[in-house]
Formats: sequence, C-alpha cells, structure tokens
Amino acid sequence: MKLTLKIWRQENAKTKGKLVTYKLSDLSTDMSFLEMLDVLNEELAVKGERTVEFDHDCREGICGQCSLVINGQAHGPEGHYTTCQTHLRSFKDGDSLTIEPFRANSFPVIRDLKVDRTSMDHIIQAGGYISSFTGMAPEANTIPIHHNIAESAFDSAACIGCGACIATCKNSSAALFMSAKIAHLAKLPQGQVERAERVVWMVNAHDDEGFGSCTNTGACAMVCPQEVPLLDITRMNYEYNKSKCTVE
Amino acid sequence: MALNAKIPKGPLKDKWQNYLDTTNIVNPANRKKIDVIVVGGGLSGGGAAASLAELGYNVKVFFFQDSARRSHSVAAQGGVNAAKNYKNDGDNIYRMFYDTVKGGDYRSREANVYRMAQCSVDLIDHMTAQGVPFGREYSGYLSNRSFGGVLVSRTFYARGQTGQQLLLATYQAMMKQVKTGNLTQYSRHEILDIVVVDGKARGVIVRDLVTGKIERHSAHAIVLGTGGFGKIFYLSTLAMNSNGSATWRAHKKGAYFANPSWTQIHPTALPQAGEHQSKLTLMSESLRNDGRIWVPKNKDDDRKPGDIPTEDRDYYLERRYPAFGNLVPRDVASRAAKERMDAGHGVGPLKNAVYLDFKTAIEKLGEATIKERYGNLFNMYEKITGINAYKEPMKIAPSAHFSMGGLWVDYELQTSIPGLFAVGEANFADHGANRLGANSLLQASVDGNFILPNTISNFLSNEIRTGKIATDTPEFDKAEKEVQAQLEKILAIKGNMPVDRIHRRLGKVMFKEVAMSRNEKGLKWAIEEIKKLRDEFWTNVAVPGDDKGPNSELEKAGRLADYLEIAELMAIDALSRNESCGAHFREEYQTKDGEAVRDDKNFMYSAAWEWMKGEEWNLHKEQLEFNDIEVKTRSYK
Repeated sequence: MKLTLKIWRQENAKTKGKLVTYKLSDLSTDMSFLEMLDVLNEELAVKGERTVEFDHDCREGICGQCSLVINGQAHGPEGHYTTCQTHLRSFKDGDSLTIEPFRANSFPVIRDLKVDRTSMDHIIQAGGYISSFTGMAPEANTIPIHHNIAESAFDSAACIGCGACIATCKNSSAALFMSAKIAHLAKLPQGQVERAERVVWMVNAHDDEGFGSCTNTGACAMVCPQEVPLLDITRMNYEYNKSKCTVE
Repeated sequence: MALNAKIPKGPLKDKWQNYLDTTNIVNPANRKKIDVIVVGGGLSGGGAAASLAELGYNVKVFFFQDSARRSHSVAAQGGVNAAKNYKNDGDNIYRMFYDTVKGGDYRSREANVYRMAQCSVDLIDHMTAQGVPFGREYSGYLSNRSFGGVLVSRTFYARGQTGQQLLLATYQAMMKQVKTGNLTQYSRHEILDIVVVDGKARGVIVRDLVTGKIERHSAHAIVLGTGGFGKIFYLSTLAMNSNGSATWRAHKKGAYFANPSWTQIHPTALPQAGEHQSKLTLMSESLRNDGRIWVPKNKDDDRKPGDIPTEDRDYYLERRYPAFGNLVPRDVASRAAKERMDAGHGVGPLKNAVYLDFKTAIEKLGEATIKERYGNLFNMYEKITGINAYKEPMKIAPSAHFSMGGLWVDYELQTSIPGLFAVGEANFADHGANRLGANSLLQASVDGNFILPNTISNFLSNEIRTGKIATDTPEFDKAEKEVQAQLEKILAIKGNMPVDRIHRRLGKVMFKEVAMSRNEKGLKWAIEEIKKLRDEFWTNVAVPGDDKGPNSELEKAGRLADYLEIAELMAIDALSRNESCGAHFREEYQTKDGEAVRDDKNFMYSAAWEWMKGEEWNLHKEQLEFNDIEVKTRSYK
C-alpha cells in the first residue's frame, strides 16, 4: 500500500516546528505503524538526511514510551491501542496521515516527535508510593485482600504512564494518570496509612507542573490503552475532599 | 587472575546467613560519604538504587528511557516464583533450588541458586507491602499458577502484567528516594564507558541523549543492572533499545564475560510475519497452563485448524514428554517446535509457527475463566494479529528472549573488576544453561533489593576514608577521549547501509547458527560472517546527523558496534563447548531421539572469557561443584 505522511519536524523546544511531507510505497498491511516509520528512517539514512526522532521501546504496548498523535488522535485511530500496537491494516491504501507529537504545556518537545514527560515522574515523586522500605514487610498472607478489591486495584494500577490522556485532554489535565495511582493505592489495605497525604501532595504537584484542571469530558478514558476507569477521577476527588480535613 | 567465587563456608542452607553474620557493613553516618552509581532503572538496577538510597548512600541512577518505569522488566508477563508453599503441594526452598538447578541443566552455581530460592520468600512480602496487586483467591489469600519445568504451583502473578506491577512498585520506591534526596536520576542518559582507576571501577562516561553532551560521573562503586543482550538477534522479545553495551564495555575494561552463548529461545512468541518486522511479541509461558500445543500430523496440511480432526493432530509435547506435557522447560519446548517445523509441519503462511490451542480449556472451564486468567494476552494477540484466540488457536513460534550468560560475578555479585557489580540479567550465575519461567523477575528483584545491598557493603566498608573520587584525572580524560573518538568515527563513515539493515543481517546469522541448534561447521561460518558484517559496518554504515543532540541512529550504531563483537564471542563460546546442555544444543552431541547429551567430565564449568584486546579471548574456567543435589540426566519424560 501507499501512504502520504505529514510529519512534525522540530529541532528542539526553542525552535519552531513544521509539517514535512513524505511519501512511502510498497508497504504491507501487516506492518506496524512504527515499522513504517523505521522504513522511512532507513530511506532517509541512505540519503544522508536526518532521521525522524520518535520515542518507542517495547513495541508491545506495555512500556508507555511510544507516543504520537495520528490524524488528531493520540495513539492513532483504534482507541485503547498504543501507537506501537497500531498496524497499517487500520488505514486505507492512499491515505494521508498527519503525525504529531503529544502536545501539552507540560510536555516540551525534545526533537521532532519526542517529548519530555518527566513532569509525570514528578507527580509520582510527590506521593505515588507506599513508604515500605526493603526489609520492613510483614508476611504477605497476614493481610487478606478480597479478590474483587485486588482486581479493582489492578485495573487502576495497569496505567502505563504514556500520557495519551494528557495529550487528548483539552485542558492538558493529568487527572486520569494521577487518579489511577491514587485509586490503586487507596483501594488496597497497604495504602491506607499515607492515603490522605498522598492525594494532597500529588494534586499539588500536578498543579505545580502546569497540568490543567479536569472538566470531566472523559476524552482521556476513550484513548487510554489500559482502559483505566474514568471513575478513578471521581474517586480522586472524593479522596482529596476527604483528606482536606486531615492534611494541612 | 584466578577465579574465586568466594562461596561462604558451611552447609548450603546456612551459607547466606553465615555470610550476613560475618560480612563488613558501613555505619549510617559513613554511608553519606559514599557515592554509588547504578546503571539501569529496571527491577534489578532500580531495586538496588532504591534499597541503597534507603540505606543512606548517595546514589545516582542512569537509564536511557525517559522514565525508569519503562525499563524492560515492564514487559515480563506471567509471574514471579517463590517457595511460599501456600498451596500445600510439597513446595519448599530445597525443591525450588532443585528445580532451578535441574532446569539449568546442572550448569549454575549451587550456592547462588539456593540463596535465590531463600530470598524468594521475602520478596513476595516486600512486593505485596509496596502495593503490588497480586492475583488473589476469593478467600483473599494470594493465588498461584504453574510454570514450565516444575511440578508445583509457586508462581505469583498480577494478571499477565506481573513484570509491570513489580517494576512500578520498584519505580515508586525509587521516586520516594528521589524525593528524600538520596537518589538522583539521570533519564535519557546512556553509559558509554566504565572508568577504572587503580584497578577499581570508579566512574562512568555517559552521553546525555537530549543534549548530546558527554559527561563524567564518579563513585566508590558501580552497579550494572542493564539486562540482557537478546536483541543481538534483531528479532527478539526484547525492547528495541535493550542492549549489551554497558556490560560489553565493562568487559573490555577487564570484566570477564561468562557463558555468552547461552541464550534462551522462548517457545511462545508471535511468529515473524514479514521482512520489516522489528519485534517478536512474547505470549506468556503461563498460557501453557491451559493451552495445548500441536501441529498437523500431515505435512503441508493447509486446512484451517478448526477443520483438522483430533486424529490428524500431533500434540508433540504431550507425546514426547508425557510427565510434563505442555509444561516442559523452555529450551525443550523450543527445540521440539523447531524439530516439527524443520520436518515440514509448521503452520501459518510462512510455515514458521505451531498452534497453541485453548479449545479444551474453554470447554472445561468456560470462556470467562480463561478471560480472567489471560484476558490481556488474548487482547494483545488480537491487537497485533487481528485474530480472536477464543475462536481459533494462536500461532506461536520460538524467539530469542533471555541471556543466561552475562558478566561473571562472584557470590557477592562483584565482577572481576573490584568495585564493579552486576545484578539481574546482566550477570550470569543463577540460571545455568536454561532459565525457568518466572525466575527472571525473581532473580532481578532479589539481586537488587536483598543481595546486592548486603554484599556491596563489604566492599564499601573499605572506602569510608577514600573521599570523593575526582573526575579530572588521566583515567577519565582517556575514557572520554575514546568515547568521543568512536562517535566521530561512526559519523565520519557516511556510508549507505542503515544500522538496522546490518543488524537484521547479523540477527539472521545468529538465529541460524548460534541459537537453538549449533554445530561446528555452522559456528565457524557464523564467525566469518560476523567479521564480514563488522567490516561492512565500519566502512559503510549510514548514520546521518551529528552528535550534538538527539540522534537515534547514532545510539543504535554504537550498540550495534558492540553486538558485532559480542556475536563473535557468543560463537566462540558455543564452539568451545563440546557438549549439549540446556539452551546450548550442539548437534554433534545428542541421543538417537534428539535429546541433549551433556559431558560432565569435561564441561562442568562456567566459561569466563577475558578480553585480550581484539578478536582474542582468554578462557577461565569456574568448575562447578554439586554437593547437595545428585547430578542426573535431565528428563521430562
């Protein structure tokens, strides 16, 4: 199949970027989206032109390193896929695709399609953990956890931290990402002790990093590769309001 | 230098405790004066970084990803083993030790394996306390499943994303330490060299992958948790950027490399679909709990799998290995698949796959149960192939996966360079010639969290008076200059062969002759081919752009340059071992029915290779002694 690609090229965060058009032919529908970019980069390398920088690593949808907005949609047209899981069978022969980086104030462009997402690490640093140091743990089976609670905690914990929710949100809010961690730890008995401080510290860090507010459109949950429940945002708000009573 | 594994005295079960009782430790006030560099932010490196920071050392951790949460431990699916015996099925530390040594075909270090089994018990407690949502029974207690090569259920799991959940717990522990100020993280930084000063590892040369700047960092000790080098095969289950460069560059600075040719070929990955494929996605071994593997009995049977009646199917694992059936260890399962495919029974358009069928399990347990156990794997399969595996069998194939070999380390996980430690997949000792499923997450975690923090203190206790290590010394100057020169040399070639094209060709050579089945002629051919590819790389590689900012092609080229050297040592290692053991199957040494034939008299050793400056290595043998287990012919029949 043939595709026309309009790819965002930008030298660094300080320079202006623009869309550059490339044409590819002899593509196979079994090829993954990122393998198509590999093909393009090989062609550019042979010509001695600078290749397109994009983030990727595991190529199986779990590391969260790949990003990209394809034709206006984070991670492409399929919904609940990562870019690396997207294959060319999702497109038609002759299609024209616009490929851009994840866009958010808190995600400065590094080069081309690569963005800096360390702002998400900063939210976790603020409180997204249980402070159980190596050596402190009690015997695991001393705290039984209901099967359904463990499963529900997993649903939230499954977040891969890709940032598609943020790139999709019109306010560039990290509410879904942040609430997934807050909900994961609040659902489990191990997470109770630090529960109140955690949510306040994380929400404060979120705002300090320049992420926007949540206005409950739910667009984030539509693209989330792990289908993190939108209800987690509600849970976060509940946790936040409750903790305001106890945390300075 | 003679190899000294420094195995503690005493009975096997007391060795680790004896070590802990007598090893030197560093008092809390002195820990603040000591710097430790950790390379790699995954389960082993991240676990070490978090645990050392908790102890109060000044820790710097370097990784090439944009966040440590993306380290490749994230992709491990099925589970983590621990001898908890929650199932009352006769499991215990000795049995786990026994299974692991047997699974590794009696080529691992006894004392290390026993310690790993001992530490497994605490690991589940540790990870649960950190909030890992392990699978639970309806009673609320932790659940287990079975993995290959064992007769008990000792595998803990978090759906099919166990590695992700363990890694996130470790990552969160790291983030906590970043907040306390004991840990500084350097994301998007790649290690390009290890600096040795007066015989001790004292620093690293790194490249900031955003600015392109070369930096120097010093420390009193360095820990490598950089994973395996299975990506050398190009097509593998590994992440695209996983690489062997940190361990290899340490090797070239004097660290011995052990058993480099022992690569685990995983039996249940997705088959290659086309020439541009970049990755073979793993389908967890846990699927073999409920899935049955088969091929058509007749060659070139082109009927749809559902149209092939039972009498025309060959459930070859159940046929050849009735005791373990579909749960034989990985090396056995992969080789059996290869045997069937070579005999013309492969399925799929390229005839490069076998079926993994859930029909029997769905009939017995219902689709809902199978969905709960493996739902995410079935989803992943459908996303990649477009096929619904509840309706028709999965097509799977062997793929390069795990490096049992790695940097030689002693019982303290210290390499042959004093002050340089290696943890997790980057070292070699625990898995012998074949790793059992769910022992990888285990080894990485216990190395990082429980073992290294206790053994490194023995080395660091002599460093409390050393003071800061200066970076403006001739050793750092020289290392930085060499790194810079290599980058410039690569950029100056301006050839017309992209990095990936050379890498793919290397992968083909390696998968053909240095993978599941090896022979003298093929290995010698492979060495010549590798040398040709190396020449082609250094004369014709196409790396556009410069080294002043992000340049993925330059990063990949540096890694491939190392692979082109590692590949040769892998072939040399395979050639030097005239026996078959575990993943190392030499065609010259097999029984009539195709089972491996070991030679314990001549090859019961770990091969530790010393770099002799270019195309020449010196072999050091660490003889293996088995005092607590009877050495037998491995049988899963």
